[in-house]
Amino acid sequence: MQGLPGSFPENPHARAPRLRGWLLLAPMLAWLALFVVAPAFVLLAYSFASRGALGAVEFGFSWDNYARVFDPIYLKILARSVGYAALTTVLCVLIGYPAAWFIARRPPVWRERLILLVMIPFWTSFLIRTYAWIAILKSEGLLNGLLQASGAVPRIFPEPLALLYTPTAVVIGLVYAYLPFMILPVYASAEKLDGSLVEAAHDLGAGPLRVFREVIVPLTWPGIAAGMLLVFMPALGMFAVTDLMGGARVSMIGNVIHNQFTKALNLPFGAALGVVFTLLFVLCYALLQWRGGRARPAAAPAASNS
Amino acid sequence: MTPEAAAAISASPRTGRRPRFSGIRFLDGALGVWTALVFAFLYLPIVVLVVYSFNTSRLNIVWESFTLRWYGELFDHTPLMRTFKNSLIIAAAATALSVVIGTAGAWLLHRYRYRWARGLQSLVCVPMVMPEIVMGVSLLVFFAVAGIELGHSTVIIAHTTFCFPFVLVAVQARLQGLDPSLEEAALDLGATPLRAFWLVIVPCLRPAILSGGLMAFTLSMDELIISLFTASPDARTLPMQVFGMAKVGLNPMINALSALFIVTTVAFVLFSEHLRRLANR
Repeated sequence: MQGLPGSFPENPHARAPRLRGWLLLAPMLAWLALFVVAPAFVLLAYSFASRGALGAVEFGFSWDNYARVFDPIYLKILARSVGYAALTTVLCVLIGYPAAWFIARRPPVWRERLILLVMIPFWTSFLIRTYAWIAILKSEGLLNGLLQASGAVPRIFPEPLALLYTPTAVVIGLVYAYLPFMILPVYASAEKLDGSLVEAAHDLGAGPLRVFREVIVPLTWPGIAAGMLLVFMPALGMFAVTDLMGGARVSMIGNVIHNQFTKALNLPFGAALGVVFTLLFVLCYALLQWRGGRARPAAAPAASNS
Repeated sequence: MTPEAAAAISASPRTGRRPRFSGIRFLDGALGVWTALVFAFLYLPIVVLVVYSFNTSRLNIVWESFTLRWYGELFDHTPLMRTFKNSLIIAAAATALSVVIGTAGAWLLHRYRYRWARGLQSLVCVPMVMPEIVMGVSLLVFFAVAGIELGHSTVIIAHTTFCFPFVLVAVQARLQGLDPSLEEAALDLGATPLRAFWLVIVPCLRPAILSGGLMAFTLSMDELIISLFTASPDARTLPMQVFGMAKVGLNPMINALSALFIVTTVAFVLFSEHLRRLANR
């Protein structure tokens, strides 16, 4: 999991495919065309359609659905979703980066053991991990129980804390769900970082802060960028965590899209929201790669001279 | 600042070299404490979940006494068992398809110099990075337009679409270290390309295929969002059932179920790690 996916491993012994090579690859190409490319175009077509009687879809070409996306109600939800997802991403970087760096700087045996401990929550279903927090946060849950037992509740908090079904709970749930997705890619690039570059920077008189800003951050940027993408985008659309931790009170773009397809049955509007969401994704992806491209040259000469 | 102090940042405790500059040592210690706290944050809720699955109290607040009751009830709960069976069928089918498509795809992309190979590689990676909700929604409208009725098969198709790239990438990583003369030798000795692939290449790729397959299986078993859009009521998966139950509130049966899943996940991660070590040897 190094950097953003999509790099192509070159094989010098590869030969020209001719007809047979293409025929063999055809099933996979057909699968991708049918179930990745075609659905994207159908979604696009839906977003320009309109809703007929009984939720039927009438194809056509109108910008109405997009106009509705920019309705203040939905803009507010969109802005809120971006805010929550951004806050989650920032918290994941702040919490995860130091830990990933620490793990990457251990001797190999310890490094492998510690990263294995990150892999376990990474592979544990987010649904189970979110559910775990319900028991802790609910008003008659573990946290309030502990506070009550400690005697702090009557004095400091006269009533049990209502934590579940609040924005705080949503952010806790999102950070908890996606933290491993930040630690793993940052670890992957921190582990590859040549320690002698840090030494060299110190020798040349740079203070710890400057070393961090000008050597460590640029060299681990591919990991940070991958982590940000892996946290921000899913967090933006994750309506399941918002449903469980926020009840019906915190509505995010994901919840709105889900509702259009399951309850409101306004598929064209849902499709338009989906397209806007996809554009947002492409924009973030491009932005992170562009920022990555700018961050690398500063460090690249140093890296190639090492 | 002395070079020793700078080196302390990257020095491993094993070398026994004590950093002379206390600031750096302090920083390392602080990072260690922080990392310990991060692990506590990651593991405490899981531990609480597992511990309370053995609690007699239905409400999960105070510890009453030890019981296995919820585990017993779990296996008698018809919706959970039915959706578990659905999930197993779907995950097994999606894994089988993913292993075939992913392994063949990785090998072909490795063996042949396709035109637009880079573009193809990016296209393969799209389902890995695409937000689940977009994938679910676009597949839903696609199935509607294509006139494919939602059911087990649509979930299997959806799951395979996002699972096979993981197998492909895992196999690709292994192929990079493969000796190219292996296939040539097999061909020189008179094997057909298909036999050479099956008898020489596939055995070499086995650890990667196995760990990719495990990954696909786990991803499919845990998937919720895409299933919500592509499953019919009678093809509901276990995560869909658990999601529905968790929305209502706490249920000790879900604690028990989660505990079983966590144990399985730990076993899976340890086994994958073992496979990875085999592959790197």
